[in-house]
Amino acid sequence: MSDAAHLRPAHEIAAAVKARRLSARAVTESAIAHIEATDGRLGAFTGRTFPRALAEADRVDAEVAKGASLPLAGVPYSVKNLFDVEGVVTRAGSKINRDNPPAEQDAYLVRRMRAAGAVLLGAVNMGEYAYDFTGENAHDGASLNPHDPTRMSGGSSGGSGTSVAAGMVAVSLGSDTNGSIRVPSSFCGLFGLKPTFGRLSRGHTFPFCASLDHLGPLARSARDLAVLLDALQGEDAGDPAQVRRPAIDATAEIGKGAAGLRIAVADGYFRRQAMPEAFAAVDAVAKALSVSRTVTVSEAHRARASAYVITTAESSAFHLQRLRLRPADFDPDVRDRLLSGAMVPAAWVIAAQRFRAWFREAMREVFREVDVILAPATPFHALPSGTKTVTLDGVEMPARPNIGIFTQPISFIGLPVVAVPVWLPGAKLPIGVQIIAPAWREDLALRVAWQLERAGAVSAPIAKTREAV
Amino acid sequence: MSTPAAAAAASFDAKAHAEHMAKVMELDVRPEWQATVIAHLVATAAAARLATSFPLDDHVEPATVFEP
Repeated sequence: MSDAAHLRPAHEIAAAVKARRLSARAVTESAIAHIEATDGRLGAFTGRTFPRALAEADRVDAEVAKGASLPLAGVPYSVKNLFDVEGVVTRAGSKINRDNPPAEQDAYLVRRMRAAGAVLLGAVNMGEYAYDFTGENAHDGASLNPHDPTRMSGGSSGGSGTSVAAGMVAVSLGSDTNGSIRVPSSFCGLFGLKPTFGRLSRGHTFPFCASLDHLGPLARSARDLAVLLDALQGEDAGDPAQVRRPAIDATAEIGKGAAGLRIAVADGYFRRQAMPEAFAAVDAVAKALSVSRTVTVSEAHRARASAYVITTAESSAFHLQRLRLRPADFDPDVRDRLLSGAMVPAAWVIAAQRFRAWFREAMREVFREVDVILAPATPFHALPSGTKTVTLDGVEMPARPNIGIFTQPISFIGLPVVAVPVWLPGAKLPIGVQIIAPAWREDLALRVAWQLERAGAVSAPIAKTREAV
Repeated sequence: MSTPAAAAAASFDAKAHAEHMAKVMELDVRPEWQATVIAHLVATAAAARLATSFPLDDHVEPATVFEP
């Protein structure tokens, strides 16, 4: 299986298919076989689209034969099941949404993937309505961590993390409101990109918290993230929060590496409330980049708190009718958070949104002095499934909301982040580091990620799953 | 308990607030759900105090998005 076509990085698959050394159909059939052999134990897929995948693969092979140059030719991928996929019910991890009719068209980003030659294998598991950092789901079961199936995949894009880390697909599209791409990237040992807020269209995806929702890819290589970002950019009137900005050419930029960039490690808030492995991972990345500088992100704790308030109030208002009519049909862990969020005074939310504007300006000042900031992605390795509490700095606290303490302040103001996977000496599990760049400069974070990958400091090996064929 | 925020924390009756708001928002919070809902409300109130206690210039506008 180690030589199987679909296990290569996406950019290598695309190059081989474009050169006609490999057919998209062969890649797709290989991916289907892998999913059928391994997914039963890992719980990634909730809606397989194999007939569509084979049809898309045949179309790609036909277009390549006619001379088309498709940047993602034959690349097998999955999408978090909050993306609309034509003919599939958009569950968003819920029981309630299963009563909706199938989607009539693909989400905007799925259309971009198709136009670029990618092949959709299906929709994957997620925490209910994306209000989750664990990858657990009361309705569909948990999406498990392929590196240790007794542990969480991380959420809420848990199925995305599981499907890519297990090698079922080369890449996946997820969403990130407070950390939901970066957390499964950390727990499952993947490269994850949360682009700048407003960069990629969210058209025809199921919302969580419109003020903070982002979409982006998870992959096993930094170059794949760059290729995907280039393929996914495009203007879409279907997303009112999309910002009209010139597209960047991340693939062209990535080869520049970290040369000339002012990089610093975040101290203060980002050096507290975590297990030693979180700081060791950041230090390992800093060492690989010869970085000794530190930078303080003032008021990060307040940024995290404000994101917490906006998330609970806005998502609860969005789900209000469902909470009134069908409260018992929610995942209990999600329902109780949403019920409390529906009771939040408006002034709390407005204060948080005003602080968001202040914090954006404060971070702009920080980025006058540095180009890239390094910080932990999660406070610890993937937790055992079912963990309810964690103890950090001697304080016991609920596990579920606190997995995202390092991701939440950053997405709060929409900064682009690449999560990179670190394997510490002797460790059996990966852990992620956030590479944070100024707004609209995904290219800087990707350049640093690519240099680290080339140097061997970060990597995303496919998990050795028991049933791998 | 000497700061206004600490005083607010001490005076916030999350249980009473939850019971009142459940009626206002027409929500059925079943008895077995109440303890968790109240615990989340306490956590949110603590987070909100960090936002509301931060002094901001009057011209700092909310960061919501709207383009007519």
